Amino acid sequence: MPQTASTGAVELDLDPFSDETIHEREHFDTTVRETAPVVWLSRYGVWATGRHAEGEQVVTDWQSFTNTAGTGLLDTRKKENWRAPSPVLDADPPDHTKYRSVIASVLSPVMVRTLQEHFEERAAQMVDELVERREFDAAQDLAQAYPLAVVPEIVGMSPEGRENLLPYSELNFQAMGPRNERYRRAAERAQAAVDYAATAVLRENLDPDGIGMRIYAAADEGTVTEQEAALLVRTFVGAGVDTTMYSMGLTLHALMTNPDQWALLQSEPGRARNAYEEALRWATPGPLLGRTTATEVELGGVTLGAGQKVLVCVNAANHDPRRWEDPDRFDITRRANGHLTFGKGVHACVGQMLARAEVTAVLSAFVRRVKSVELVGEPVKLDSNWLRGWEHLPVRVTPH
Amino acid sequence: MFRLRSADGNVIELEPEHGESVMDTAVRAGVDGIVGECGGSASCGTCHVFVPEEHLARLDPPEFAEEQTLGYTAVPRTDASRLACQVPAADVDGAVLDLPERQY
Repeated sequence: MPQTASTGAVELDLDPFSDETIHEREHFDTTVRETAPVVWLSRYGVWATGRHAEGEQVVTDWQSFTNTAGTGLLDTRKKENWRAPSPVLDADPPDHTKYRSVIASVLSPVMVRTLQEHFEERAAQMVDELVERREFDAAQDLAQAYPLAVVPEIVGMSPEGRENLLPYSELNFQAMGPRNERYRRAAERAQAAVDYAATAVLRENLDPDGIGMRIYAAADEGTVTEQEAALLVRTFVGAGVDTTMYSMGLTLHALMTNPDQWALLQSEPGRARNAYEEALRWATPGPLLGRTTATEVELGGVTLGAGQKVLVCVNAANHDPRRWEDPDRFDITRRANGHLTFGKGVHACVGQMLARAEVTAVLSAFVRRVKSVELVGEPVKLDSNWLRGWEHLPVRVTPH
Repeated sequence: MFRLRSADGNVIELEPEHGESVMDTAVRAGVDGIVGECGGSASCGTCHVFVPEEHLARLDPPEFAEEQTLGYTAVPRTDASRLACQVPAADVDGAVLDLPERQY
């Protein structure tokens, strides 16, 4: 039985998880954003905001909007979740601080800079091979293949069983939504993968030179326990692959469908990093972020009761005309920082510098080798409760 | 109100909105010398600023995350270094903050 909204709140009977919304967000995002600063989604008994200012408030004010009930639709304190809570995702300061710093130190800008060369080499190899073929699936063969190859490499995971990574993280993200058919299918597919994820991240299965072992170094120093170190490696692998690959596919698609921006990037490849930033804003790979009110709290002129879920509609906020000029235009020269795609504040995505490094490496390699790229078939969208992206992008390229 | 001075000496005056950080104000105004790539979570080190001593003394000391990230800035940190995303604009009212030559 959904809870009811407080008096005076605007209710909407929209479904963020319907096939229509999942495959075409615009109607949902625009309605939520333009109806009121905060709306009550009566079907699920949750609050939602599609505005940048309110969204930023929710993700920044962790005292009022807690992560401890999970960052999805469901309150994981009330309902048993499919996995143990992550010490960093599903927690707030002070507990969260220690775990976040452990991950932050291994994903620091300096660490990421040391990986840059490796990323560029791998990107060049992969793009060269694909350009040879002329026709390929830019989603499967590049956007998905690249993070699936490099993330386990840098973590130091064995190549064996890597085919389980995708079903594992797919379940991770499907489970952020309701217990619908998408969730059930993902849960079935991921049965073996859950066991894989639990063992692949154990110390004895990691390469001593990888990032994963640096997290275990924190266990050796006594900062975290052995079990917590395993959960942190699992969180990193679960959160860092799908998100990056779908954002890469969305970026490539944005460039293909905006030829003026592709031409601009062709003449100035140095804009690759900002092109990615703008794509993160314009076509947000993670359109929803969930928080839970810790106490009664005011948001956008409405008083929210304690213990209620709030969904930040990130893609809607990233297109909020109150914050962005001409928000629906994809413009790689735009100053796009300030989008909420990675969140903000203490819970901001800790792997965001890694994602930028990976995607910039691929994009730079791609734009330097490919003169033109065209779709040669119908692209297929991802069917996910919590992520947006392309499952298939059949393309033909013409090299320089 | 506070001012930012670029490495080549250009000074720009900025008017913060309530509750903003120095980074927020600078990004909103489109100041070139502040990137703020991570959006204010002290994790990218691209909003590095130098704060004059009298104002520095009034600020809360850097928390762990900021302290960590200040170790990775493109222009090495000095005693005056802070991340602008962690500095409330209201706490540097009237100050002139210096920008490093680069943020990457």
